Amino acid sequence: MANTQKIYNFMGPRKLMAAFSLTLLLISVVSLAINGLKFGLDFTGGSLVEIGYEQPADLGSIRASLESAGYEDVTVQTFGAATDVLIRLGETHDPQLGDNILQRLQAAEGEQTLTLRRNEFVGSQVGEELREQGGLGMLLALAMIMIYLAFRFQIKFSLGAVLALVHDVVIVLGLFSLLQMEFDLTVLAAILAVIGYSLNDTIVVYDRIRENFRIMRKGDAIEIMNSSLSQTLSRTLMTSFTTILVLIALAIFGGSTIHGFAIALLAGIGIGTYSSIYVAANLLLLLKVSRDDLIPPPKEDVVDEMP
Amino acid sequence: MLNRYPLWKNLLIICVLLVAGLYAAPNLYPEDYAVQVSGTREAYTVDSVLMNRLEQDLTQAGVAFKSAELNEGTGQIRFADSDAQLRAKDLISKTLGTNYVVALNLAATTPDWLTSVGAGPMKLGLDLRGGVHFLLEVDMAQAVGQRLDVYVSDIKTKLREERLRYREVEHLEDGRLSVRFADAQVRDQAQELLRTNFPEFLVDTADEGGDNFLYINLTEQTIREIEDYAVKQNLTTLRNRVNELGVAEPLVQRQGRNRIVVQLPGIQDAAAAKRIIGKTANLEFRLEAKPDASRVTTETYDFRNEPGRKATLEKDIIITGSNVANAQASFDENGQPQVNITLDGKGGQMMSRVTRNAIQRRMAVLFVEHKSRIVQQSVDGENVEKRIPYTEKGIISLATIQSTLGNSFRITGLDSSQESSELALLLRAGALAAPIYFVEERTVGPSMGAENIAMGVTSVQIGFALVLAFMLLYYRVFGLLANIALTLNLVLLVSVMSILSATLTLPGIAGIVLTVGMAVDANVLIFERIKEELKNGLPPQSAIHAGFGRAYATILDANITTLLAAVILFAMGTGPVKGFAVTLSVGILTSMFTAILVTRGLVNLVYGGRKLNKLAL
Repeated sequence: MANTQKIYNFMGPRKLMAAFSLTLLLISVVSLAINGLKFGLDFTGGSLVEIGYEQPADLGSIRASLESAGYEDVTVQTFGAATDVLIRLGETHDPQLGDNILQRLQAAEGEQTLTLRRNEFVGSQVGEELREQGGLGMLLALAMIMIYLAFRFQIKFSLGAVLALVHDVVIVLGLFSLLQMEFDLTVLAAILAVIGYSLNDTIVVYDRIRENFRIMRKGDAIEIMNSSLSQTLSRTLMTSFTTILVLIALAIFGGSTIHGFAIALLAGIGIGTYSSIYVAANLLLLLKVSRDDLIPPPKEDVVDEMP
Repeated sequence: MLNRYPLWKNLLIICVLLVAGLYAAPNLYPEDYAVQVSGTREAYTVDSVLMNRLEQDLTQAGVAFKSAELNEGTGQIRFADSDAQLRAKDLISKTLGTNYVVALNLAATTPDWLTSVGAGPMKLGLDLRGGVHFLLEVDMAQAVGQRLDVYVSDIKTKLREERLRYREVEHLEDGRLSVRFADAQVRDQAQELLRTNFPEFLVDTADEGGDNFLYINLTEQTIREIEDYAVKQNLTTLRNRVNELGVAEPLVQRQGRNRIVVQLPGIQDAAAAKRIIGKTANLEFRLEAKPDASRVTTETYDFRNEPGRKATLEKDIIITGSNVANAQASFDENGQPQVNITLDGKGGQMMSRVTRNAIQRRMAVLFVEHKSRIVQQSVDGENVEKRIPYTEKGIISLATIQSTLGNSFRITGLDSSQESSELALLLRAGALAAPIYFVEERTVGPSMGAENIAMGVTSVQIGFALVLAFMLLYYRVFGLLANIALTLNLVLLVSVMSILSATLTLPGIAGIVLTVGMAVDANVLIFERIKEELKNGLPPQSAIHAGFGRAYATILDANITTLLAAVILFAMGTGPVKGFAVTLSVGILTSMFTAILVTRGLVNLVYGGRKLNKLAL
């Protein structure tokens, strides 16, 4: 092998990295257990009214004016800009809700013209169904991916890839739980995209590990991991970097509606890049992957045992 | 190692790209602001005379328009900006009155030569163009309940015909029917009879407290048929209502077992739309009860608009709103709102048969509305929302029958002209077969839609530019080739979306942005592989060949797994998630084509077939 590529000792600190991953996972799981996720309207049900102001709005007076009007369970916050106010209500469906709130606030303002930008209502049952469907979708995606990989690679690789994915998803969910960022349908979509992306990364690495197991006759599993990771390192970083470039553009310029989406993807791609290097390969070692798992023709084994 | 594509492969790539360019082209033509005019009935069609009049009116009022065209009974007038469009809409609705539907629209400006090959622009989702989205749920329990009520009287009739004496036929609360007999033998005969006559029944027997019962359940299949019918009937009615509202490109679609999606893009008066779509109003025509009538055959109702006033009516219904063939709102001699009603053949016969024998008696028009209230109930310690449906009935008019009524007459006693025109609309569009409830509603203001487009486009442009610059810096010539492929990928993606007439939403734009980021991946994989092969000492041409060849399997695996996730997203998701899944799936497929075939073709063109000493990589 005339390979001049520098081989980094990625698997050297693998225990440290495993501890790091476990810590992150622990924090995530604890936060999810204690704080839970701050589900958005899509999942909880309820009503939402978004109103555009001309000047920065005074949230306190809006809240007071709505509460004096008898609306219960009101949350008022700005959305993206100080002139953009998002009002959430536990109300059940009322076709006039948006217009009523607009009128009331307009009456309180007088000088500036308010505009009704958005008015949403989701029934509590629909929200519940979406939550169920979302969870189910994620599990189904993982199962399908596992089956495909078991066919294309081998069951240990398939397990390793899916566990690495679970690692990524749990940590992104943990981040959303810890920071109490809103978890809505677009964030769910982002997490499913993270599954796709991080898998992409993991597979590229696994592909090389498989190839190296076949062509490198010498070297133990750790050495093979190290050279595979080193060979794919520049690709892993390049792709993550270009994707992150685009996502930063999306997070900054895409507007508040897809802000959560961009953040979830950024976090997911960061963690996905890390996991494809340190978690996916580490898991393979843990599962005791060996050359025998990847030498396809059984005839060779017979020949090997002969002497 | 020559690295040359055979001619057919190059031609294939060029052909695909040309077709893609052609179908992506319509998206370059911005849409016009337009006002769409259509008639509500055959009597009010839009013709060239009317169009000429409108054009003159607009010119007189000083509203500039780009063009006016007439297409299959629908007129469309285009404007340069939304200001002119709004002014024109007000003007036109004032001139035409309620017999025409005037709607705002965005008209495509795709040139004829493009439309002739079936090309058209991508549709914009509600979040990008503004509009209303509703998710409605059909009350299935009610639909089945209504049918069971019909069965009760059918069973009574059948048993009477066969002279089988029963005590009582009841519609139980648990959704069963019970028939009570005094005699077990008669009961058994009745069971036999019902089994043969109503194959959709599951009939059980039971003896309780000296009486003999038959308990009747509907078969699963029948219940499903009833539900299916209710949803389909409601779909038709909702379509009619939406058409009456005059919205351009509305969407009324079944979703799942018992839900209906209604999307009205670009609608201005969302409140009116909601009022009309959700209304389950119907009319009943009944005679006023004679003073000596038995209490069992009468019912007393309040007047809708006169608190305190009541009238006693016969239980028998002459006809209902479903026998109305046409209804138009107008005003009577005193300027009071009224609705002129034309009945269908059967309704007209019924009406004249009943009124012939009832001259000088009074006939009431009863307004029936199904509503529901939500109550919180505690079930097994959990708070559950439960819908309690109830019916509100009120008399809107009570008038003396002067002569036999035929198939056309008018009703008065309405509150306002808004009520009369809405009632007329509801009667025309038909009643809902079962009550519906709003379970989801999303309204996006048009200004917000425009903002979303602007932000989406900006982020695509910036993200795209960053990636292009970076690739060029890092991979130089190869980067340039990858950039060309990436640009073509975007064209291809847009054209496939246009051909599928997929709807572009904000998450869809996010999907495009993500695809751009990920599309680079395939090229990065290939280029890194080529670099490696060069380091391994392969000559440039072989390195290129090996790089493409070896990266291929990896790219395939990686993309197929992502595609799997995207397809599941599409299958499970609704609304925004679906939009994202569509662009992501299409993007993965097109990026595989451009990254593998197109980049290879370009690399072959630049480097193929000659001796190379070095690669700029």
